[in-house]
Amino acid sequence: MSATGSLSVRKATAEPRWVRWTLTAVGLGFLFFFLGLPLLAVFVEAFAAGMPKYLEALADPEARSAIWLTLFVALFVLPFNVIFGVAAAWAIAKFEFRGKSLLVTLIDLPFAVSPVVAGLVFILIFGAQGVFGPWLAAHDIKVVFALPGIIIATLFITFPFVARELIPLMQAQGKDEEEAAVSLGATGWQMFRRVTLPNIKWGLLYGVILANARAMGEFGAVSVVSGHIRGETNTLPLHVEILYNEYNQVGAFASASVLALLALVTLVAKTVVEWRMRKETETLDAALPPEKTE
Amino acid sequence: MQRRVLPGFGLSLGYTLVYLSLLILLPLSGLAFKASSLSFDQFWDIATGERALASYRVTFGASLAAAAINGVFGLVVAWMLVRYPFPGKRFVDALVDLPFALPTAVAGITLATLYAGNGWIGRHLEAFGWKVAYTPYGIVVALTFIGLPFVVRTLQPVIEDIEPEIEEAAASLGASRLQTFVRVLLPAIFPALLTGVTLAFSRAVGEYGSVIFIAGNMPLISEITPLLIISKLEQYDVVGATALAIVMLVLSFILLLAVNTLQWWAANRHKATSGEAR
Repeated sequence: MSATGSLSVRKATAEPRWVRWTLTAVGLGFLFFFLGLPLLAVFVEAFAAGMPKYLEALADPEARSAIWLTLFVALFVLPFNVIFGVAAAWAIAKFEFRGKSLLVTLIDLPFAVSPVVAGLVFILIFGAQGVFGPWLAAHDIKVVFALPGIIIATLFITFPFVARELIPLMQAQGKDEEEAAVSLGATGWQMFRRVTLPNIKWGLLYGVILANARAMGEFGAVSVVSGHIRGETNTLPLHVEILYNEYNQVGAFASASVLALLALVTLVAKTVVEWRMRKETETLDAALPPEKTE
Repeated sequence: MQRRVLPGFGLSLGYTLVYLSLLILLPLSGLAFKASSLSFDQFWDIATGERALASYRVTFGASLAAAAINGVFGLVVAWMLVRYPFPGKRFVDALVDLPFALPTAVAGITLATLYAGNGWIGRHLEAFGWKVAYTPYGIVVALTFIGLPFVVRTLQPVIEDIEPEIEEAAASLGASRLQTFVRVLLPAIFPALLTGVTLAFSRAVGEYGSVIFIAGNMPLISEITPLLIISKLEQYDVVGATALAIVMLVLSFILLLAVNTLQWWAANRHKATSGEAR
């Protein structure tokens, strides 16, 4: 289009200008009403009664303990997801074995299961009438309606994220580099630290960012297993629910704004990592000779 | 059998299988175990009770409506993001992922506040006599919010990958832009569109957090199945909750299978159009 100057000639493979403008307007309008306005509303509602009330709502001991609990659970779950994600991706991407596609499907399972069903499952196992219920009660161990239940439910919900990011990435990278490392005498750990990890670090970080956002925001599954004990087993999303149901609009939105801020940080981090990943593939593509197509 | 050069196969696969079994498979089979204490007739009575049937209707109807809305507007948004230049595009592109990043409870209370009778949007809709919050329409709004990125993010790479040659060929053979879109581009995008819509639908069916605040939760009218499971659980009707959970779980399996089949179809189709196969 740029070379045509003042002539109003349209490329045959582009839409007429009025179509482009209409579609852009419709698309942006839709995003504004469904994404932009809600995001704006969270902060407007949170500050509706002024800054002092906002800070007061966040200084509330119950809000404080909810924030700490949410951060603690997210941090606790992180290493489990990383270790599983790397192990699963290593086995799936670098080796051939029977039942691989079934395994990949099973890893996706927690995405398909309703969070409420996920929560219920752990009530059936660890709850008072559950499989291990009597044994746990006899040994005075609390799982459901306590911290362990929240952690287990979060582990279930965030299970696929890291593996899902790493599997296609490691498949695309192939195994030549690792094989070279091993044949030159590297031990398994050396190969992993010097070759694999640098190759997958951005993908790994990307998966961790997504898993972390979900861990901090999970509501359905955690709501079933937490028991909603104030100041003890209330995560920040559950705290938001309780305040909202008590018609404490400012309090609910003050806590919600913390979560929305975390969501914005997630989006920025995600965009930066995506950008880094794209740059890395581009430099890699430029450095390598063009691959032959089969 | 080929000798494996790389180390760690047994360890990584073993760990994967043990962790998967302990955290996902055994717990889910616990559901089936609990349900086995029911006779089939009992199960059927619970699963097809009046309130249960109404909740399926609400859940599926709203999920389908939301997925359809996302199918149309998600296609427009994805097309716009790939093909048209406009200021602030990077920002808008990043914003599309907001529903993935924003906790569902926050989305729920915010949408409920926006669409309530005195809210920024609800105020204007009610002037036309259209109540959205605390009705089934509210559920559709929440599920549309939740499902949008699935459609856009599935479509974007596929639209980016369309070879300009096929559009040029269509145009040089005398097709109008609309004809090119309907006859050439849409068939190439379609499998991805369907995959995205199915993903959005499957997420919507199980969604809980964003819906309950805006739904009104009236039994038989605006009560979704996940909420019915929770309310049974709160009345200590564990067996009833389990029966409904089984229904939802079977459905999730079917949808997961459908998504996998669609993705396989889309991948093959893609190969065929880019000229590698045949």
